[in-house]
Order: sequence, then structure tokens, then C-alpha cells
Amino acid sequence: MSGVTEGAARYAGTRINRVEDARLLTGQGTFVDDIALPGMLHACFVRSPFPRASIRGIETAAALAVPGVQFVFTAGDLNPSMKEQWHTSIGPRSPETPRPPLAEHEARFVGDPVALVVATDRYIAEDAAELVVVDYDPLPAVVDYTTAHEADALVHEQHGSNVIAELAALPESALDDVFAGAAHVVNETIYQQACAPVPMEGRGLVIDCSPASGEITIYAATQSPHEVRLFCSRLLGMPEHRIRVVMRDTGGGFGQKVLVQRDEMCVMLAAPKVGVPLKWVEDRRENLLAAGKSRQEHAAVKMAFDADGSIQAAFIDFVSDCGAYPTPWPVMPAAAVGALFSGPYRVPHASFATKTIYTNTVGRTAYRGPWQFESLAREVLLDIAARQMEIDPIDLRRRNLLRRVDLPYTNPIGMTFDDISPMETFEQALSMLDYDAFRREQATARAAGRYLGVGTSSYVEPSTPGHGYYGTEAATIRIEPSGMVNVYIAGGSAGNSLETTVVQLTADALGVRLEDVHTIQGDTAVTGFGAGVAGSRSGSMTAGAVHATAQILRERMIAIAAQQLEAAIDDIELANSGAHVRGTPSISISLADLAGVAYFDTAKLPAGVAPGLEATARYASVAQSIWVNAAHVCTCEVDVETGQIELLRYIVSEDCGPMINPNVVEGQIAGGTVQGIGGALYEHLAYDTDGNPITTTFMDYLIPTAAEVPMIEYGHIETPSPGPGGYKGVGEGGAIGSPPAVVNAVADALAPLGVRLTRLPLSPDRIIELIHHGQG
Amino acid sequence: MHEVEVTVTINGAMRTTTVEPRLTLADYLRDTCRLTGTHLGCEHGVCGACTVLVDGAAMRSCLMFAVQADGTEVTTIEGIGADDGELSPLQAAFRDCHGLQCGFCTPGFITSMTAFLRDNPAATDDEITGALAGNLCRCTGYQGIIQAVRQAAGQNR
Repeated sequence: MSGVTEGAARYAGTRINRVEDARLLTGQGTFVDDIALPGMLHACFVRSPFPRASIRGIETAAALAVPGVQFVFTAGDLNPSMKEQWHTSIGPRSPETPRPPLAEHEARFVGDPVALVVATDRYIAEDAAELVVVDYDPLPAVVDYTTAHEADALVHEQHGSNVIAELAALPESALDDVFAGAAHVVNETIYQQACAPVPMEGRGLVIDCSPASGEITIYAATQSPHEVRLFCSRLLGMPEHRIRVVMRDTGGGFGQKVLVQRDEMCVMLAAPKVGVPLKWVEDRRENLLAAGKSRQEHAAVKMAFDADGSIQAAFIDFVSDCGAYPTPWPVMPAAAVGALFSGPYRVPHASFATKTIYTNTVGRTAYRGPWQFESLAREVLLDIAARQMEIDPIDLRRRNLLRRVDLPYTNPIGMTFDDISPMETFEQALSMLDYDAFRREQATARAAGRYLGVGTSSYVEPSTPGHGYYGTEAATIRIEPSGMVNVYIAGGSAGNSLETTVVQLTADALGVRLEDVHTIQGDTAVTGFGAGVAGSRSGSMTAGAVHATAQILRERMIAIAAQQLEAAIDDIELANSGAHVRGTPSISISLADLAGVAYFDTAKLPAGVAPGLEATARYASVAQSIWVNAAHVCTCEVDVETGQIELLRYIVSEDCGPMINPNVVEGQIAGGTVQGIGGALYEHLAYDTDGNPITTTFMDYLIPTAAEVPMIEYGHIETPSPGPGGYKGVGEGGAIGSPPAVVNAVADALAPLGVRLTRLPLSPDRIIELIHHGQG
Repeated sequence: MHEVEVTVTINGAMRTTTVEPRLTLADYLRDTCRLTGTHLGCEHGVCGACTVLVDGAAMRSCLMFAVQADGTEVTTIEGIGADDGELSPLQAAFRDCHGLQCGFCTPGFITSMTAFLRDNPAATDDEITGALAGNLCRCTGYQGIIQAVRQAAGQNR
């Protein structure tokens, strides 16, 4: 970080063990469902069994008669208490979907919350929920998003259309001349199915309202405790400083726990009426029914090439299914698909059109790499193009990938990429594979009747959004009187190892031993505002916050040490939890002794040095976003009799700048990559044609197990970002890169059979069908 | 609802309680005994997060009633390490190999694999992968988990 002199980094860059693990390995973590408060009641939702139905009446008497049932809330009880509902990152002026907490008059998807039962335990609440009688009048439902624009039925009557919005750059016709003059034009329509983030822990809240003090404490499964607080404050019309949100351990999020949704709104509105602590923890069926879906989209894509395979133009016409209650407003994520479609390639001309659609299905929510369809569509199209032009797909990419000399590079939509290395990651991944050797192996296998394939994908993604709600992050560091260090960060870690990361960064920034640093995160009462874990932002933003705060303390520590050691300020070095004279380690003072002066012997402080060793600072991002790139290479074998796909090798070369902890970086890449493999091969949050969800258990919604995953090989290229420490975001990339690499590998394996893959997932039955019929 | 007396030895301590017959073993451990390290990831027996050892056998506590555990010895994640807090070799291998991220599924992996490695102390890599396929993790891509179990098995080979 420019302008800041640091002690030599000792912990950043090393594979230290995680500080979170001791509690999590021994069953001592604290997840939201582990919270039990005296007198606590339990909530259970009554949910619509119809994709679309009028609600003519709700009879609650039988449920209320069950011993132990305390309340049955319907829309008339909760919804009038709602003051405002909007997310800080989106703002109050967005043309958002209306979000009634409980369904009013009309249920809009199977799983739509219609009533909320509160009882002394969850078993009783579930019993009573079955006794709530809802008089539904089923209505025609909008199920298929590809025909929703012409359906008579409307998901939201007052919107007047099932098209949420259409957002486009230059019209497709603006590229007509380029396409007409191109040596090769490649067209395809590519479909991606609905997937769900599926954190192993579902959503949940425990809300403790104190009528006497007017204070609310919320224990939440969340990626953003401060957003839960802000949202609840607006929802209830209650000052923010009366609300405290606490999260210790959150069992995965992957985007699903970034924003407050309708179910949580209901619990927030009910809690003050209940008057005692109220717990709601969803079960897996509810999570797969009502917590949101992602992906479910398609696009007509085309590219123009000159005679030697250089890309001349690219166009994507993108349509996404956003369900009934998308969170957030889905129009900007759709635009990101359009803006990034040309990827890390030299593309002189490009444009896009996007359309977002309401249907009577569960709402669209964020999921790791929410715009990743741009990479799927582009990379699959490039392989189709290579086959059509009879060019090796590797050669086609070598001709077009951005090189160092091209940077900074502004793509036709106006995205300016810099500090990336698409060609280097691509070449590194290929050399790790030994591409030529694989092609020889493939040819030998084909001669023996076996079908092997190789696929690649390259992407560039914006991490660390640097504006608005996401643009700053604060750190408080307290060097206690004993010399022990506590660092306070907003937090929201849902498996992201943010405690370990912050401890490493702080130890280096202050020159203290790792074991002397502890961190407190996820408690809005003691941490400064921060936007939480989203957008692959935490590494860079917490590094900025820790460095800014540590700098204040370093100056103070050095001033006290210089005075105590009778040395010049410029000669003091901070290391090993103390200070010493440079070149003379024996002339030293411990951090405990420095703290002793700062807190208890202030008469000895040098002139102008403040007492104590506590500081808070807020870092503001230096860039609109930090670009990060990677190349994925996958090989597979397809059994053409059974349709079974086995992944043989999986290689990721990633450039996330310097690594704070390679274990954490590789863990993030692995997790995202395997989620993407799941999306390519197994997962499908499916509905039947009537709008009934048919994958609401883990027997139906198939996430990968250890038996399906290859061992991932990692390559690292290190191009520093302009941000703190040169770090970049690495949380989402794996999920962006892997689906196209897998699809391309399978397509390559089956190319001799004339198979063209354009729909996911690549389930065995689909593979068999394609082998028999060719076109997909 | 009438209640039934059950006596279970949990992590070495005998406990007698009256419970509703429909109370699952998982909820008994979590809510009645306040041993919240046993986690519920699906409540239909697929994800394995709630796995505990019942008389040494790895069982999905969401699919058992507490009354079915009457007279048994149950070991939960809280009872896997040493009393002084020292991690078991398998727990330590998970730590060393980055075998966990959010940690929600971890107790089920540790309990399942503790039973597996006891019965198959020098398991092969393929046997390990097959055994692991009964538990779901969404964070790690299984990379560190597979390495951790291989490391623990390797110490026995």
C-alpha cells in the first residue's frame, strides 16, 4: 500500500492454520439454531401449495386451539406494521418488486409464505401449521419464462407485464455490417437451468425484543450483519442504534444470505408482537422451496470472426427467469452478463440486450458469480466456433486473449480491464495439463472406442465493488493494556476464513505474533459499519481497513518506543510483539511495556502522542472494481453407453494477486469450482409444467459428493491489483470458470459423434439422448 | 402427549430424561442435552451433518428417535477429542488440510470418518472416497476433506 511503511510481512502469504477451526472441529461453534434464550418461542410458516392462487380467507381457530400455540399471524396482522422495505445496496428509489411480508390476496409461487404460526416448540408449531385452513382459489400460473412475455396471466398485476425490464446497449442492427462482412459467423442459443446456492445451514433468525428498553437483538445466519440491522431498522421504523445484530458462525451463504428476504421480514415484524424471543430456522425443504433460485436463463449469442479466427464482434441477447419475488432487483445483474460477455479477449465490437421475466416460481437470488452466464455462453460458443472453423480451440483463444501489451483494455461496453493476465493463466494451465500429450492420449483412446475430451474456459471478473454501500470498510484495533491485540471488523464470514485473514493481516501490520491477535466480528454493537461478505470484496477491503487503522497505532507505538529506548524514530522497528532499534535487536521494548506507558504512565508519553493504543479508521476503495482472471482446464471421459461423465483432471490457474493465505485461496477456488461442476452435471431446481417444485430434498436436488469430484490442481500467477497489498477477490471465480470448462470437455469428447451441447445439466439421460439425436 | 423415560450415556456421562416419543435423537441431543455440535442439514437422512455414534455405529440422528437410543452409548462431536481439548488425529488432519470452511457439515464428517477409520484403519484412497460420499459439504469441494482422511489413514498404514 503506497505511503505506508510496513514491517516485513511474515504471515501474509503463508499457509497458516485457521483460527476458526478449534471451535468448529469440536462442536463448539455457534450457529443461529444453537441460540436458545429463556422463554423463546418457535415460528413455522404456512406456505402456499399452489403456484398462483387467490387467498379468499384463512381460518386459524383450529391451529390456535393446539396447546402450546401462542399466535397465528396472517398478512392482516403483520403487513400493516411494515414501514419501508429496501436494501441498502439497491437504495429506496429502485423500481423494486413489491414485497408483501406475508402473501396478501394472492399467492405467487409454491412455498409463498401465507401465515406464521408461533408456538412453544417447533414440533407444535409444525402441527398447528397443518391446521391452518387457507381458502385458495387456484389461478392459471406463469411457469415457463420463455413464453411468459405472451402469457395472459400476470405474476404481478400492477406491473402490467411479466417482463420486468428490458435493458440493452447498442441495438443488434448496429453490428450488422460487421457480421455481414465477416469470414465466419457462429450462432447458438445456450440454456442454463435453475440452481440453488444450498448452504448446508439454511436461513434463520432469533429475535429478542425487549419491550421495556425498546431494544432488539437479532441473532442471524447472514453474510452481512450490518445490512440485517439497517433493513430491520427501516422495516420496523425503529432507530438503528436500538438494534443489535450478532452472528458468530454462519453455515455457508454463497450469496443467498446477503440480503433480507420476505420470510425474514415476517419474523422481524412478528417478534415485537410476540414479546419474547422468537426463533425461526428453515428446514431443507423450505430452503429448496422458498429461499431462492439462481441461474435459469438463456441467450442467443453470436460472434463474427475474420479469416484467421480473430474475433470481430460479439452479441448476446439474454433472458433470465426471476421468479415472483426476485431479491435484489434483477435488472442490473442481467446487464452485467451483457457487459462482460466479450470476456478477456480483444473484441472490437460488441453489444447486448437483456430481458428479465417474472414467473410463478421462487424468486431469483444472488449465487456466487451471479453473472457467470456470460462466461458459459462465450466459452461454449468459442468451442463451437473452433469446431465450425476447424481451428484448434486452444489456437482460437491464443489468437484472441488479451495480452499484457493490450492493457489497460476497454471493452466495447466500456469496461476497462487492467492488472490481469489472461494469457499467462491460460498458458500455465495448459502446460500443467501438457495439452499435446493429452491430445495424443485422446487419439489413442478414440482408436480404442473410448471418448475423452478436454475443455477450457477463461474469464475476467470484477471483484471488490468500490462504490456506494460497498465502497468502504472499517477496522478498530485495540492493543490491550497487556499487549494483546483485538481487531474488530464488521464480518459476515460464512466459511470465508475471514477471522484467519484479518488476524494474519493485523499481525503483519503491527509486527506482532500471530498468537497475540484475536478478532471479533459479526456484532454490530462493537464493529463499525461494513457491507459484509459479498462481491469477492473481503480480502481487499479488510486489508485496506486493517492497514489504515494499524498505521495510526504504528506511529504511536514507534513514538513511545523511540522515547523509551532513547533512539531516533526512524531507527525503530516493530517486530515480534514489540519494538527494537534497527540492527540492535537487544535494545528492545515489549508491546506490553509500550501499552503500559500508553495506558498507565501517560506522563511519559512523548509530546503530542495520544494516550492508549486504540484506533479506528475507515478505508475507502481506490477503484470501481478490482479485476481478477483465471483459466480452467478440465479433461473427462464419457461412457457413451451409460451417459456417465467422469472428470479426469481439473486445473485452475488463477491470478488473484499476492495470496494472504494460499490455503484459503485454494479452498475458495475449490468450493466454487465444485459448485460449478454440480451446476454443469447434476443440479437442477426443477418445476413441473404446472409450477410444482419437484426437487425439495437432497434426494432430488443433487449436489456433488466426494465421489464425483476430481482432485483440483492449482496454478497461481501474481499480478498485483491497485488495491491494498495488491490483493484481489477470489471468492466467486471458481463458480464462474468451471461450468464452461466441463461443458467444453464433454462436447470435445462427443464431437466425433456430432453432438452439440447447449443445455445444462449434462445428465446421463440427456447425454444418451444427444448421442442418439446429435443436436442439443 | 405422554412422555417416555430414556437413559442414554452421552460422551461417557449417563443421563436419564423423559421425552416425547416423537422427539428425534438429533433434537434430543441439541435441545434437551444442549449439545449443539450435532447439526441438522436436511432432516431427511441424506446430508449426514447430524451423524453421531450409537454404540459405536455411525447413525443419522435425524432419522432416529431419542427413545430408540434408550440404553445405548452415544458419542457426539463434543466427545471425539480428548477431555483436555486436544484434537483427535482426524480432527487435527481436518485442521491441517483445510478440510473445513463454514464448519456446519464438519461434525458429521468427523463422526462418520471416525467410525470408518476405526473399522478400516488403513483404508485405500478409493475406499475413503466411497465412504465420504455419504456426507455433503458445500464449501470445500471436498478437496481438503479427502486429503485429511487420507492423512489420518496414512498414519495407520
